[in-house]
Formats: sequence, C-alpha cells, structure tokens
Amino acid sequence: MSVESIFHRLEALLPKVQKPIQYVGGELNSTVKEWDSADVRWALMYPDAYEVGLPNQGVAILYEILNELPRTLAERTYAVWPDLEALMRAEGVPQFTVDAHRPVRAFDVLGVSFSTELGYTNMLTALDLAGIPLPAVDRGEDDPIVLAGGHAAFNPEPIADFLDAAVLGDGEQISIAITEVIREWKAEGRPGGRDELLMRLAESGGVYVPKFYDVEYHPDGRIKRVAPNRADVPWRVHKHTVMDLDEWPYPKKPLVPLAETVHERFSVEIFRGCTRGCRFCQAGMITRPVRERSITTIGAMVDNGIKESGFNEVGLLSLSSADHSEIADVAKGLADRYEGTNTSLSLPSTRVDAFNIDLANEFSRNGRRSGLTFAPEGGSERMRKVINKMVTEEDLIRTVTTAYSQGWRQVKLYFMCGLPTEQDEDVLGIADLAKKVIQAGREATGSRDIRCTVSIGGFVPKPHTPFQWAGQADHETVDRRLKALRDSLRGDKQYGRAIGFRYHDGKPSIVEGLLSRGDRRVGAVIRAVWEDGGRFDGWSEHFSYERWMSAAEKAGIDVDWYTTREREENEVLPWDHLDAGLDREWLWQDWQEAVSGGEVEDCRWTPCYDCGVCPTMGTEIQIGPTGRKLLPLTVV
Amino acid sequence: MQRLRVRYAKRGRLRFTSHRDISRAVERAVRRAGIPVAYSAGFSPHPKISYAGAAPTGVASEAEYLEIGVTTPCDPARVRQDLDESLPLGLDVLDVVEAGPGGLADRLEVSDWEVRLPGADRELAEVAVEKFLAAGTVEVERLTKKGPRRFDARQAVLGLTVSEGTDRTAAQVQGGPCVILRMVVRHLTPAVRPDDVLTGLRLVADFAPPVPPEVTRLAQGPLDASTGALADPLDLDRETTRGGEAGPAGEHVAG
Repeated sequence: MSVESIFHRLEALLPKVQKPIQYVGGELNSTVKEWDSADVRWALMYPDAYEVGLPNQGVAILYEILNELPRTLAERTYAVWPDLEALMRAEGVPQFTVDAHRPVRAFDVLGVSFSTELGYTNMLTALDLAGIPLPAVDRGEDDPIVLAGGHAAFNPEPIADFLDAAVLGDGEQISIAITEVIREWKAEGRPGGRDELLMRLAESGGVYVPKFYDVEYHPDGRIKRVAPNRADVPWRVHKHTVMDLDEWPYPKKPLVPLAETVHERFSVEIFRGCTRGCRFCQAGMITRPVRERSITTIGAMVDNGIKESGFNEVGLLSLSSADHSEIADVAKGLADRYEGTNTSLSLPSTRVDAFNIDLANEFSRNGRRSGLTFAPEGGSERMRKVINKMVTEEDLIRTVTTAYSQGWRQVKLYFMCGLPTEQDEDVLGIADLAKKVIQAGREATGSRDIRCTVSIGGFVPKPHTPFQWAGQADHETVDRRLKALRDSLRGDKQYGRAIGFRYHDGKPSIVEGLLSRGDRRVGAVIRAVWEDGGRFDGWSEHFSYERWMSAAEKAGIDVDWYTTREREENEVLPWDHLDAGLDREWLWQDWQEAVSGGEVEDCRWTPCYDCGVCPTMGTEIQIGPTGRKLLPLTVV
Repeated sequence: MQRLRVRYAKRGRLRFTSHRDISRAVERAVRRAGIPVAYSAGFSPHPKISYAGAAPTGVASEAEYLEIGVTTPCDPARVRQDLDESLPLGLDVLDVVEAGPGGLADRLEVSDWEVRLPGADRELAEVAVEKFLAAGTVEVERLTKKGPRRFDARQAVLGLTVSEGTDRTAAQVQGGPCVILRMVVRHLTPAVRPDDVLTGLRLVADFAPPVPPEVTRLAQGPLDASTGALADPLDLDRETTRGGEAGPAGEHVAG
C-alpha cells in the first residue's frame, strides 16, 4: 500500500498563510524515500514552529541515522501555526511531513522530541490534525506509536495519557533498537496487535510504556506508589547513554533550510554531559557522564559540515563548551583553517571561570565579533553557593575587564530569579554586580561607550535535580523582586543608562513548573487548555496564564500544591520509577548541602563523589586531552 | 572585479520562497560551489551579490536576475553548472554571462506574466479583458506597508490575452480546464503586479477567479523598440564580453 502526498491539497492553502516556505520542505540534504522501500517508517516531530524545530540537533541526528538504516524511512513534521491549522481543519487536510508531505497517521511511529514542556499542547494539535485519538488507550491498529523523547521525557507523566511510549536519554542506539523490534513484529504479521508490540518494547527495560504502570495515591493526594500492572514489565526504566561520540559523527548531512530559522549555522556537539554540578540544571544532571568528542573528529565534522551546507558560521555546542579538554587547540585549529574565508565560530555556552581572552580572540578572528554572554545565575556569592555555580565576583570582573579592554563593547549577563532560599537582597545583588561590571569596563577602556545587558529567567525546579524537592517561588514574589531590581538599575544615574534589563514576568514559570513536576492528573489540565485554544505556549503572544489557571481549577488541580509546595524526603515523586542513574540519596544530600552552603567539585578533575550515574548505567567519563592537533585543510 | 549576471528560475514549491530566503540560499550555494565571491569591506563583511526585480513570494518565475562580484575571473558556463548544482532543486540557474557596461536593473523594463486561473469561466474572462483594455485608466487599491494606496493598473499593461489550458500545480496533479491570462506589463512606480491587474478585472467586469491564481513570470527585459517584443536582457552583455550561450530551460520540478 502506497501513501499519497497531500501536497496538492496543502498547496491551495499556502498563498493564504504567513511564511508558506516553512511548510514545503525541499531543504538541502533532506531525504525522500519511496514509501514501499521501507518496512519501518518514522515521523519525527519537533513540537514547535519550523523556525525553532529545524535547527534542533536531536531531530536532525535521528532523521539521518534512521534514514541510513536499510528498509527504514524517517520524515519530519513540525507544529503548524494557527492560521494554517484553521485552513487545514476547514479543508480536511491532515498533519503532514515536510519531506514527502505524507499524512502522519500513515507512519509506524510518531516520535516527538520535547526540549521543553511548553510543547505539550502543540503535540495535541498535531495528533488531532493527524486523526490520531488523543488518549493512547483509544488508539487502534492503524495509529502510529506515539513516542516521546528529549529532556522533558525524563518526566513524561503529565502527558502519559497521550503517549504510547517514552524514551530517556540519548536516542541514537535506542531508536535503531525500536526500529528492529517493530520490523520483526510487522514481519511476523503483527501478532497480538498493538499491545504486544508495546509489551516487546517495555520488556527490554529501555522503553517506558505508561499504560503498563498504575499510579496509586494517598488520600492527601501524594503518590503512594507506581507499579507495573503486567508481569515482565520492569519496575524501573533506564536512560540511554551513547559512549564514544566519535562513533556517531552526526549530523553528516546538515539540513539547510530555505526559511529563516533561529540558528543559521552548522553545529557540532563537542561533548555531551556536564558534571559542573549546578543544582538547578536538569541537563547537567540527566546527561552525565561527560563524553568528549575528540579534536580530530570535531575538525573532520566541521570540515564536512561547512562543505555540505555552505553555512558561514560554526557553533561548537555543549553544556559548557569552554570546558572541553582541548578547546584552545580546537579554536586555534579552526580559526587557522578558516582564516580569510569569512567563516565565524561561536561558542554558545561558556563559563566565566573557563573563559579566557585568547579563546575569545580565536573565535572572533575570521568573522563578526559578536557579544559575549556569561551566566553567573545568582546575584550574590551566597546564592551562587546554594546553586553550586562557583563563580566568584573577582572571576567575573576580571573576565569582563579583559573582554572590554580587548575591544568588546557589550557583555550579556544571565541570572535566575526565584532560586531556593533566595532573599530580596540576593536579587538586588545583581544590580551591584552589573554596576561593578560597567565601572570596571570604564576604567579598563577609559571610555563610556560600553554596555552590559542583564537578562533574567525565572527558576523552575526540575525532576532529577537536587532541587526536585524545592518549593518554587510564587510569581508575586518573583515579580516584586524583579521590580525592585529594575528600579535599582533604572534609578542609577551613574550606571543605569549603560545597563540593559531583560526579563519576563513570573507567571509562565508557574505553568512550566506545573508541567515539569506534574503527575498524570495534570494531563486533564493540558487537554482542557488545548481544547480552549491553547497553542504555542513557549511564545508570549500565544501563552495565556489565565487559560491555564482556569483549566486547572475546572480539573480540580491545585497549582500551588504542584509548584510552590516543598516535598518531603520520602514522598514518592512522579518520576521516581524513571532512572536517570542519579542516586536518590545523593540528590537529597546535595539538596541539604545546598541549603547549608556545601559545595561539590567537578568529578572530571577531582575524585568521584558517588552521584550514582556511572556504576548504575555502566558508563565512564571520557575526556582528553588526546594531544593531537588539527591539520590545516584546503578550504573552499 | 569581474561581475557575473545570472538568470535563474524559481519553480514549483520553491515559488513560496521570499526574497530574503533566496538571498540566503544563494549565499550558501555560492560558498558550496566554491565561487570566489567578493566581500564588502568593513566591520560586517557581506558577499557582493545583488538582486534585480525579485518576483513576490508565492509567484513562480523563469526569469529572475542577480549579479555576483568575484575576486578572480570565472568561466560563466562553469559557474552556471556549479551554482545550479549547489542550489536546491527548484532554484535553477538558467544562464550566466560576464557583465558588460551598463546596469542590469535598467534593462528590466517589462515583464511577461502567465496567470493560471483554475476553475475560472473563459467567457467571463474574455469579457473582462476586453473591458479592461478598452478602459483608459483602471484605478485599483493595494495595501502597502504605508497603508492603502490607489494607482492606475491599466497604463502599465501593454498586452493582455486569454487562452485555455489545464490546471497545473507544483505537485503536477492534473486538474480540470483552466483559464490562462498572459500579460505583458511595464515596470512602473508603483509597480503594477499581476494581482493588481486581476483586481482591475474584478472592478471593470466583476470577474473573480474561484481559487488563488498560479502566477509565473516567463520573461523580463527591455522592450525592443522596432518589434515591440521582449528582448533578453543579457544579450547586451553577451555582445560585449566573452559570455556563454543562453541554455535551454531545465525541467520543471515536481512538488
């Protein structure tokens, strides 16, 4: 059975929508395979607009890996904007892939990559447009397996009712394993139907199938236990970790969009994982241990990626890129290689203490000198101790002074508001820090033409972190502290005009908090918000706090109970049966140390402190230096 | 500095590219193809690529033009092949010549448009065209960035004919009969676009096609004073430089 393209039906709608190019596909390096050439077919979704979803590395990597498998195809689908959604509903056009414009419901798997919880309503739109029943239990033989991945999938409980399955951790190997399970099951004539396929996936311990687990509650609403409801389903589901990144040098064929997207560059992940131990950082906790890509593989990937894509910017991605053991040689090697070619390098994530000016100069040698961004996160020394981000004021001032004296005019500083134990003066400390930065810059350059932008995000406690037990600050407190900070910055005659201030109000963080640490009962709220028209919750022009609050009230969900309530040590958390490798006792101890001011070192350079990940997962730290250098290559 | 003039097509589903989308795609293709493009000097260097009279988003074209400045002399035939291979299917390079004297934009005086109207009534279309051509002026209004603007859509139209064909979308799905308008329109300020002419047809004879039109620019260039025909704007360059032969247009692209 072949599947028809719906493009001719979509095409008639495109002249009526904004930015139609995002729906037509045809990107350089995209892959279209014959439907009948494959027995296992994946639709991969990034549940946000194309401009955000296309540059996503996770989707791009899986797209390539799956399409490289014999008799397997993968296509991509993104959230459609409300203007096209309305036309698709009116004309009966289903959710489609952008590669061959095939209806999503025809695929075997719909894999959805959640970087953030704010994409949940967009998944419901896609399911509904695809004609796939929203409750997983209502799905039949012809519906795809709806599978969640990405960081938010480490607590998929709020969307458990809409998912057939979820996968934790690195997707490269497990997506191949799932493909083979499906292939076998289909070849055998689909024995036992959908449930047997899900059983085969669940038995492996590598795929979480929510409906095979029952949740029991205490009368007061806390979870009593989460237990498998079938024999052969494991009590806990474990995350996946790819060891030896050099064996997985993706993307090899970077997608080059025609439409404008949020990142217009070729990105290479230079390492995965981070053990700096920042207590607020879910990414740093769930991606352990650190696994570096070697300098030579990085060099080869950049060379290939630039040739394949024609991009003029290279991004060296990781959670803290200056921490790569050979970052200086990588930077110098690449800057030498691309001398005179207008190819710029960028390092999206740098720590103040790992940054040095030689590095910054290498990065700006062949291209534009963009701004520098640092993230002290906490405004006071005390606050930074609580979150274990041990960046001292002296570090910061020394670093920005060097940057200003080397010709940078603009420095961006990123902080959080609403952190555990935070007091008003911790947030006001941000203003003092910003003023000292400007003062140091003026002294270093003798010029008043320097600026600094303070950017603030609301802190949301995340699962699998030491702060998973913390009470989230209510939005009134966050807004009051931000207002005081703004007044302190704006009112300052000497420095105020040199300091920019960017922040959001505290309300979206409360909804993010509800979704991050929610359990299965929160699913009713998500569905009600979606039915009320909730879409694109990550976009301030579409997000409605009131819509979420009224949906929660109708569903009988106490938002404060999920967000601002501090949890006890022995409370069963909704994600306790999902194993990121972290030892629960270690997390609790680290939470206690946060409150009492204890610090944790980075295990790359100091002895192991038993977070639990490596022994549980059978993994190890993989870092250089390799001692190798990048060879100069002939560039185009 | 050698300058190369490029004629390219925007076909099929790639007709939905905007001017900005095309300029990004061309910059990347130039880098992929290894064409030694020149960069502007200054703090934020830009490749020297300029565009003349780009067709609007959603409109297909067989005759778009751009100019590339290169640091070392290039063989136009080679550039034509390399650049075409580096661009996505649907942005297709048709012709490359070395630039001679004179600006390219000045030569683009007139466009020849094909407007397909699936499901439209041919007789009504003929009546509307007759009335439109008979009118001295046809005032239309268009929403511009500066708000609604009124202008005459009649004066710019040098030719307007009606014929019939079959509906042909980018997906190459064969549809029913379809009215085809051919219009030769002079480039004036404000620009009169095919949809302005369609607005004019609605105003003079209440002629309104049932679905959005499929518009293709077939050619643009100078008007030959003696024959009244549209000439190839790159011919002048070919006469004065060692430019290549104009090649046949490539295959249309399926959606």
